Amino acid sequence: MTLLEFARGPGLQWALWIFLFGVLWRVVGAMYLLGTKDLSKFRSKHYVRDGLRAVLTRSAPAEAFEKKIRFQHLTGYAWHLALFISVLFFAPHILFFESVLGFGWPHLPNTVILVTAAIATATLIALLIRRATHPVQRLISNADDYISVLAVLMPLVSGILAFAHVGARYETLLAIHLLTVEFMLVWYPFSKLMHTFMTIPSRYQTGTFFGHRGVKA
Amino acid sequence: MRKDQTLGEYLQSHGVSRRGFLKYCSATASLMALPPSALSQVAEALAQARRPSVIWLSFQECTGCTESLTRSHAPTVESLIFDAISLDYHHTLQAAAGHGAEDARMAAMEENKGKYIVVVDGSIPVEHPEYSTIAGITNLDMLKETAEHCAAIVAVGSCAAFGGLPNANPNPTGARSVSDIITDKPVINVPGCPPIPVVITGVLAQVLTFGLGSVEVDHLGRPTAFFGQNIHDRCYRRPFYERGQFAETFDDEGAKAGWCLYKLGCKGPTTYNACATLKWNEGASFPIQSGHGCIGCSEPNFWDAGGFYKPISAGMWGSREALLGAAAAGAAVGAASALAARSRKKKALAEEEA
Repeated sequence: MTLLEFARGPGLQWALWIFLFGVLWRVVGAMYLLGTKDLSKFRSKHYVRDGLRAVLTRSAPAEAFEKKIRFQHLTGYAWHLALFISVLFFAPHILFFESVLGFGWPHLPNTVILVTAAIATATLIALLIRRATHPVQRLISNADDYISVLAVLMPLVSGILAFAHVGARYETLLAIHLLTVEFMLVWYPFSKLMHTFMTIPSRYQTGTFFGHRGVKA
Repeated sequence: MRKDQTLGEYLQSHGVSRRGFLKYCSATASLMALPPSALSQVAEALAQARRPSVIWLSFQECTGCTESLTRSHAPTVESLIFDAISLDYHHTLQAAAGHGAEDARMAAMEENKGKYIVVVDGSIPVEHPEYSTIAGITNLDMLKETAEHCAAIVAVGSCAAFGGLPNANPNPTGARSVSDIITDKPVINVPGCPPIPVVITGVLAQVLTFGLGSVEVDHLGRPTAFFGQNIHDRCYRRPFYERGQFAETFDDEGAKAGWCLYKLGCKGPTTYNACATLKWNEGASFPIQSGHGCIGCSEPNFWDAGGFYKPISAGMWGSREALLGAAAAGAAVGAASALAARSRKKKALAEEEA
């Protein structure tokens, strides 16, 4: 079995199984915990509105902190947007999703994807440098943060190299790209990468919780 | 061709002009990535070459490789070079049959001990040798016997080079490649299903010109002169790939416009061969130019690489049922752990109240 055959076959199978198992484990577990009774008096009837408002308001920094965190705020948005486009609108990626989900969607030209992938890589490296050099950020960062950044950075870099056919034979680069994606999938559920699935529900939960207790935040 | 006749004399007697011969030598030198200064050396060596004895063994195969080489519609220089080698044994092409044919093989081996070249097409059944025999001799025994005193082996076609179709899952005969069996002789792999005729003659020409040691091979034993680059890098449809213009079906507007066939399962990016540059039928076309994606026939295990029409990036991730099973198991474990956490919390509260 070649490296590419392993990466396309058993490696991918196991990574997807672990990813799905882990994500569902954590999401369902968190959902069950939502059922805990809140014994305080209801102070708002509009808990859906309160929840949605929190989702929106917490997507931008509070005015008092805006200046101080403008760099990571803007870079963070650029990174997520570029990653989103690179992952979801590259034709070979869509073919992969189509093979799993049974349906696909329109793709963007490869040259556009190359630009977005470059932006994503550059912004992530910038954010990583800031995390490692900023005194406060460095203090609040742990191994999970660094490994999670690397877990996402590796598929990006290997993907660009595979696209450009640089550094090794294409099948080797493709295999490395797939293996880095598989590492990310395995790491995903047990790391801070789970924010993908947890951020919006937890913000909503916080909003309803605050509304329930009459907190204006 | 008489045994004492040189290749140059033979080609001249068949109406190949000096100009035509030099043109072929020039193409061969360029295929071998040699500098222009080497052209005269190639021409001189080829012209002076005397017929080497070749024993062609056909084992578990479809005869497509022989067909590829012999079905040139005009007598090309390549085919004349092929004719010029002393093909002492080839049970599809030779006139002799039965014991006469086997005697010819034994005689060629005896007369040219240590100097003859063995060309093999077809894989060798190792677990069930009795499934493929010639004159009552198993392919395995015939290969071992013939290879013992040869100078080199050229494994022609993917079956001989990598096991090919007979080796495909579940491999009922226990088919193996030549290099799986013969490990003490140089084996040059010329894979393809079938290989391009000029690649076969090109390799033979290189052996004739510069000797066996001159043939630079990759990690799969393929001459890098012909298998050094992948189809994708040399494909004339590559600009459409870059622009994201793909044929979605074999008869849609994209297909008619000649767009990239990646979505239809083309294996060009992972296949190393000279199809996109040398092409077939005297440079007329090749599969991608004819509207079908590359099936990766010069790569090992191409029959089991997930399907000819499945895109490379689609992966072989198993079944949807297995994925749903993993998701359901995860959900069950998540629910159970949450219930356990609640129960622990209740218990702690009860203990606190008590």
